[in-house]
Amino acid sequence: MAHRVIPFPKRVPAEVTAVEETDAPKILVASQWRLMWWKFRKHRLAMMSLVIIFTFYFVAFFAGFFAPFTKEFYSKNYTQAPPQSVHLFDNGQFSPFVYAYKQKTDPMTYKRSYTEDKEKKIRLGFFVKGEEYQIGFGGIPVPVINKLSVKWDVHFFGPVETGAPFYFLGADDTGHDLWSRMIYGAQISLSIGLVGVFLSLGLGILLGGISGLIGGIVDNFIQRLIEVLRSIPDIPLWMALATAVPPRWSPVAVYFGITIILSLLGWTGMARVVRGKFLSLREEDFVVAAELDSVPRMRIITRHMIPSFMSHIIASVTLAIPGMILGETALSFLGLGLRKPVVSWGVMLHEAQNIPAIANTPWLLIPGLAVVITVLAFNFLGDGLRDAADPYH
Amino acid sequence: MAKYILKRLLLVIPTMYIISILVFVTIQLPPGDYVTVMLENMRNQQTGGTTWTPEFEEAMRERYGLNEPVYVQYYKWVENIVVHGDFGYSFYYNVSSEQMITDRMGMTLAVSLSSFVFTWMIALPIGVLSAVRQYSFADYFFSFIGFLGLATPGFLIALVLVFISFKYGGISVTGLFSDEYEQAPWSFAKVIDLLKHLWIPMIIIGVSGTAGLIRVMRANLLDELHKPYVEAARAKGLPEWKLLIKYPLRQAMNPFVSTLGWVLPGLIAGEAIISIVLNLPTSGPILLQALKQQDMFLAAGFLMLLSLLTITGMLLSDILLAWLDPRIRFESK
Repeated sequence: MAHRVIPFPKRVPAEVTAVEETDAPKILVASQWRLMWWKFRKHRLAMMSLVIIFTFYFVAFFAGFFAPFTKEFYSKNYTQAPPQSVHLFDNGQFSPFVYAYKQKTDPMTYKRSYTEDKEKKIRLGFFVKGEEYQIGFGGIPVPVINKLSVKWDVHFFGPVETGAPFYFLGADDTGHDLWSRMIYGAQISLSIGLVGVFLSLGLGILLGGISGLIGGIVDNFIQRLIEVLRSIPDIPLWMALATAVPPRWSPVAVYFGITIILSLLGWTGMARVVRGKFLSLREEDFVVAAELDSVPRMRIITRHMIPSFMSHIIASVTLAIPGMILGETALSFLGLGLRKPVVSWGVMLHEAQNIPAIANTPWLLIPGLAVVITVLAFNFLGDGLRDAADPYH
Repeated sequence: MAKYILKRLLLVIPTMYIISILVFVTIQLPPGDYVTVMLENMRNQQTGGTTWTPEFEEAMRERYGLNEPVYVQYYKWVENIVVHGDFGYSFYYNVSSEQMITDRMGMTLAVSLSSFVFTWMIALPIGVLSAVRQYSFADYFFSFIGFLGLATPGFLIALVLVFISFKYGGISVTGLFSDEYEQAPWSFAKVIDLLKHLWIPMIIIGVSGTAGLIRVMRANLLDELHKPYVEAARAKGLPEWKLLIKYPLRQAMNPFVSTLGWVLPGLIAGEAIISIVLNLPTSGPILLQALKQQDMFLAAGFLMLLSLLTITGMLLSDILLAWLDPRIRFESK
């Protein structure tokens, strides 16, 4: 007689059973990832953050389409122009517009001041024709990816008349549109966190794995190294390492240089998680069982151990991204990280470094808001993932 | 206990040794050296069309000892620090480094320690409050503020404060002294003046650390609050606040104390960048300048001492923990 596999209803979480009593069999046969998804869904803040992050990356990927202007576009006539407020309705009809600028130049200081010109309306619209741009990661300085992109000239939202002054969030000293540049800057700022985290994840899994599996002197050495690296305050060390990136390098090289610098310290946290997991999993029944079945060691690691802590790794990776984003922002803000003509949130904030700049053009601080929202969202997402990572508890 | 402390103290030596190598290698990483930067600066200023012969460049390198192999430079540097307490010469400022370093590190210490005290003083009661009154308005409110503090880079808060103080007048947020005390020798009035300025950087630097600590304290206390020994004490009729302080809080303090180790590096890192924005006379601005000018001994000295500061913090937290918790003391024997 063929024996049947009996479902093993031992460690089903109480709350899940209570909520979905009617389809209990569904829980019993659901995969680990499905259980995690059910648990994650309940964390409202994390769900919201997931949507926000997804939106940010989506907009960043199609930056050319969502930004009303390209990042190179500037107008000498509108330097330091303040933000315009967008009026959605005109005489009760939906017809978005902004008022044009009226400007005065102080004869003594040559300082420009702007007021709204109530006489002149600049019509705005969706899917308007504007400058030509590249779809895809045009802002990421990787030649291969740039070649893949397609050219188009339709913008999601912008002035109907091409080139009309529309500065939703104001303009900087050279007359760049801050809003457009913030969207383009997201490409760098959001991707540097991802690339950096993957670099440090690689290092962390490698060294943490070695540490946890081999043990002994090697483990001791790696643990000491981690302790030493953690005791050095990160920003001063990053500053020192970033000065080693020569300013003459191409933007691509600087981008990767900074990413590597950020992950040089970032891997330690990851290595600790991996090591801890390896150590605790070694004692688990299913690993011991596999060992007794004389499954080769490599196969135990890849088939049994790694899948069982993958979810924890994803959660720690998510929680490590904000640190990377903040690091890039801080370095670029100090003028040590990325530099013009690269556009990132940190580079944009660099222009708001001195008191006169903040006093005259406080809107230059707005990219900071984007940083805060992104970091918050990643933190909440990571929290939700961490809670969901172990669906059996 | 004495044995444990001695063991931890001895461990500082190899740690500092590894850090010194890391620091020295890092400082050597940028292409060229101080002479390259200096000549470039002179060229940019176009001083009288003077030209520099390779011999002159070589002579300069020899004078600064920059022509020797790296390991010789490293050895001399460490030897001078260990034997003579001499941190080397600051090329850029033309003085010995330790003079610059002691001036600035004192201020760094003052700012970092005061923000540390601030962090604990704020985080402890708020953490306790949000644990005892879990899911109350206060809990949600402080959690929200805490997360916001965690996500906002300190320099951004500093910039916003600079803007507000400019726009609405009132207090000056930059610097640590009023103009009249800037160059004055230390006196009681100068200390008062310092305290008047210190609280702004103290709060800005402390904010991000506070957020993390509140979470730690809240989680620890929540773990303890529902344990049977708390119920037992309550059943015996102990007043609620007395019970809280005498039992679960003491247990929850342990992980809190161990955070000293990672909060301090964070505070010192935060201090470095915020003092650049607020132009404080601490190590941050000078370190940045020294790194940019490849003033290597000055930069290396700062990096070493900043690391030493955080290592001391970790050491203190370990000792404090061993003192608080006998389990750690006996385990390490």
